[in-house]
Amino acid sequence: MAAGFAQWGNDLYTGRRSYDIVGRRRLWFTISAILVVLSGILLVKPGLNPGIEFRGGSEFVVSGVEDRSQQLAVDTVQSIAPDEAPKVSDLGANSLRIQTSELDRAESEQVAAALADAFQVAPDQVTTQFIGPTWGADVSQKAVTGIIVFLLFVTVVMTLYFRNWRFALAALVALFHDLVITVGVYAAIGWEVTPSTVIGFLTILGYSIYDTVVVFDKVRENTADVLDQSRHTYAERANLAVNQTLVRSINTSVVALLPVGAILFVGAFILGAGTLRDISLSLFVGMLVGTFSSIFLATPFEVWLREREPKVAAHTAKVLQARRASGEEGAPVLAHAGPVGATIPGAHLGTAAQPKRRRTKR
Amino acid sequence: MLLGIVLAVFGSVFVGTKVSTASWTPGLALDLEGGTQLILTPISTAGTPTSEDINQAISVIRQRVDASGVSEAEISRQGQRNIVVSLPGTPSQETLDLVRKSSQMDFRPVLAVDYGAPVPEATATPTTSPTDGATPDATPSSTPDPSASASATADGSVTGTVPGATTPTPDPSPSATSGATSPSDAAFYLTPEVQKKFEDLDCSDEGALTGGEPGAADAAFVTCDTDGVFKYVLGPIEIPGTQIDSATSGLQVLPNGGVGTEWVVNIKFTSAGTTAFAKTTERLLGLQSPQNQFAMVLDGLVISAPQVNVVIPNGQAEISGDFTQASAATLAQQLNFGSLPLTFQVESEQKVSATLGSEQLQAGLVAGLIGLVLVVVYSFLQYRALAILTVGSLVVAAVLTYGVIALLSWTQGYRLSLPGVAGLIIAIGITADSFIVYFERIRDELRDGRTLPAAVERGWDRARRTILASDAVNLLAAVVLYALSVGGVRGFAFTLGLTTVIDVIVVFLFTHPMMEIIARTRFWGGGHPLSGLDPRRLGAPERTRYVGRGKVVTGPRSTRDEVEDEPVAGRKVPTPVGTGGMTIAERRAAERAAARQADATTDAPQSTEGND
Repeated sequence: MAAGFAQWGNDLYTGRRSYDIVGRRRLWFTISAILVVLSGILLVKPGLNPGIEFRGGSEFVVSGVEDRSQQLAVDTVQSIAPDEAPKVSDLGANSLRIQTSELDRAESEQVAAALADAFQVAPDQVTTQFIGPTWGADVSQKAVTGIIVFLLFVTVVMTLYFRNWRFALAALVALFHDLVITVGVYAAIGWEVTPSTVIGFLTILGYSIYDTVVVFDKVRENTADVLDQSRHTYAERANLAVNQTLVRSINTSVVALLPVGAILFVGAFILGAGTLRDISLSLFVGMLVGTFSSIFLATPFEVWLREREPKVAAHTAKVLQARRASGEEGAPVLAHAGPVGATIPGAHLGTAAQPKRRRTKR
Repeated sequence: MLLGIVLAVFGSVFVGTKVSTASWTPGLALDLEGGTQLILTPISTAGTPTSEDINQAISVIRQRVDASGVSEAEISRQGQRNIVVSLPGTPSQETLDLVRKSSQMDFRPVLAVDYGAPVPEATATPTTSPTDGATPDATPSSTPDPSASASATADGSVTGTVPGATTPTPDPSPSATSGATSPSDAAFYLTPEVQKKFEDLDCSDEGALTGGEPGAADAAFVTCDTDGVFKYVLGPIEIPGTQIDSATSGLQVLPNGGVGTEWVVNIKFTSAGTTAFAKTTERLLGLQSPQNQFAMVLDGLVISAPQVNVVIPNGQAEISGDFTQASAATLAQQLNFGSLPLTFQVESEQKVSATLGSEQLQAGLVAGLIGLVLVVVYSFLQYRALAILTVGSLVVAAVLTYGVIALLSWTQGYRLSLPGVAGLIIAIGITADSFIVYFERIRDELRDGRTLPAAVERGWDRARRTILASDAVNLLAAVVLYALSVGGVRGFAFTLGLTTVIDVIVVFLFTHPMMEIIARTRFWGGGHPLSGLDPRRLGAPERTRYVGRGKVVTGPRSTRDEVEDEPVAGRKVPTPVGTGGMTIAERRAAERAAARQADATTDAPQSTEGND
């Protein structure tokens, strides 16, 4: 398998095998648009399920419980605060989480003591948490500020690094796409949105850009002197770059997803709701979508932008025209435009590449 | 170089364990260790608290917590206006209430002063005085005050007046029915009860300096100063802190308009405060020491008790004494803080049981271990023996991270939280990615037909740029997250940023040098099939050769494709997109290979080259 994968990587590198990613951009754009719209709908319809940090309220976690009877927990809470309708959920192997609306201090202490009593655990095994209603708003406001500042910085840094704002714009579009879809998936799954989730979302910002930068670096390298030759168009060179980094993209995603998956597994199945689960789900989805977008969205979009640049457009037209003139039918232009790959010294480039006898009418 | 860094980090931790409180295990945050965390936002009814007010509020809370006997409490500021108080273990209800209490400042007249702790009076020499200039007490001012100011010297003057000597004369039979003539009416306020309380008060007791209790506004109040050196009986509140307009510290302005050499604190009162202060100074001026002092009470503790030398009618007072620049600034800050009574709104209160904490830590570590093993297994599948380098680099990165965290937890009081652990685990993937970028680049160069040392050199040149650019983006994300976040996000952003930096260090100082070294070994440099750097497996051209017919060829790739891998059936044959056909030699080689295949002998790929 590994050998096949390596061979596949070689073929991608040399261009012997090439996936027309840039050329089929309409397909990718459509898929992405559908996903984004779907996420938008999900955000409205079931909507995000705000966690206690965003609603405000009190939370109790009783650890080391033998018998996880939810009814017992509800009854215990109601014996202190009769109007409460506590939300009870299992947590980890032997813990129980009880969420109520805001209780005042005295009540909260009483409930904690009563819970310890009812579940026959030591009082210090009851974790209590009280969150004021403004806390979550504070966190989300900070998150939004963070996103905006980050985006500004990234735009500047990428524009400077790639010396072209189109790279930055394409990366931002991909980023937006990743973020919306991740949040949408989160809404669809219906897990509570906690500050940990927000951490996950914010980390995706970094990861998505990171992933895109690596692909773009190759694109830039391949297309650095694209205007000085007339064999390939910009789109073809960019497509080669995507193909050449495909192996890296896959390896990277797998390697990044493995630890996150491990946390997600431990978080979801062993610990239950909590920091680890919330961070890892948003990261898992975000990294997956981020890999997709760095390959299928960012580069095609960047090419689409570049082809609107007069210089590049003129060059593309020139290359295609020359190709048509030489008789190489360029129906789907990218599919067989000769090996769009790293040139191998001494390789034969076909008779079309041979010098033509000059036909002079004399 | 790298060894130097590692040694420096661990050396300093080692020294720390010997001479200080450093420990080999990093400190754990509350969600892993169990304990109580409160997040407070100071709220003022009058105006927005400034950054200095919040710092002052933090020191007020710190004073309360430290004095209440809770050890290892951490009080820090997060974001613009949040105060995070972390208390280990399960603190008592009183402690928690204390932290949340609002804080205020008042001016009260001094009725009586004594040493805070039972000290033989004979030792009442200046040497026993606190060195903190912010607690000036009753000594006559030696400076005539031209700018009409209340003037007091800080302690340390060598005059014979010792506060302890002026214990009030108890008046055992105050006519309790008649009202007080003035707030300084010692006869009225010094009831036997107060007297008893005053005598019993020992400022060296645990909890005596906790503060937080402002005392009844219209009754006598017995308290200590913030250092516990002196204790006071104070009259009712005369001027609430809200009537202070502002306070500044600076060098004394001399009557001729020049600047003196003495540090003073200038207070400006509001119009209501001006009237009240004029009345107070007028009355106090005529009284005996210590009753001619007024005390500034912050959060139930006396921060300063200057003596009145002049009546101040214009609401602009100057406090002089043995201030240093710092102590004057501190007092001014405290006064400013007092002008804005703060209440603390509890944003979040979390009490984590130690059981839950250790459970979470354990789960986090298990998750990290699983993730690490999976990454290692995957790299061995992908990169064969080269994965040894990945694993080695990961180990170096892990060791370095651990050392830095232990170091930071000692020097900076850093605590590892659960989001922090999550950040570390996720960093495994991101760190490993740097190696992937690097290895893939080297492979690309090998595919171009370079020898391994050359491929390493050139691949490094290119990978370096990519790694730096992408790590810069990561670091940027971490810094922005850290700067703009509160609570758990911070811990996560911190570890993410830290591991990004360590990633760069490890790639530059370990992975790349090691790669250069192993590129010279026979196993890797010779491209052993299991080395992960086998040029043949990577489809590199053998060597450019002239094959006749005016053709130069770059290795019999198509032949090798047939021969190299074991399962021929069902394997996808790469479709040649190029225009180059097979040479006769290649065709012959292919035939030979097919024949060999028919004989069902498995040959090493190297021996099947068809060269003629």
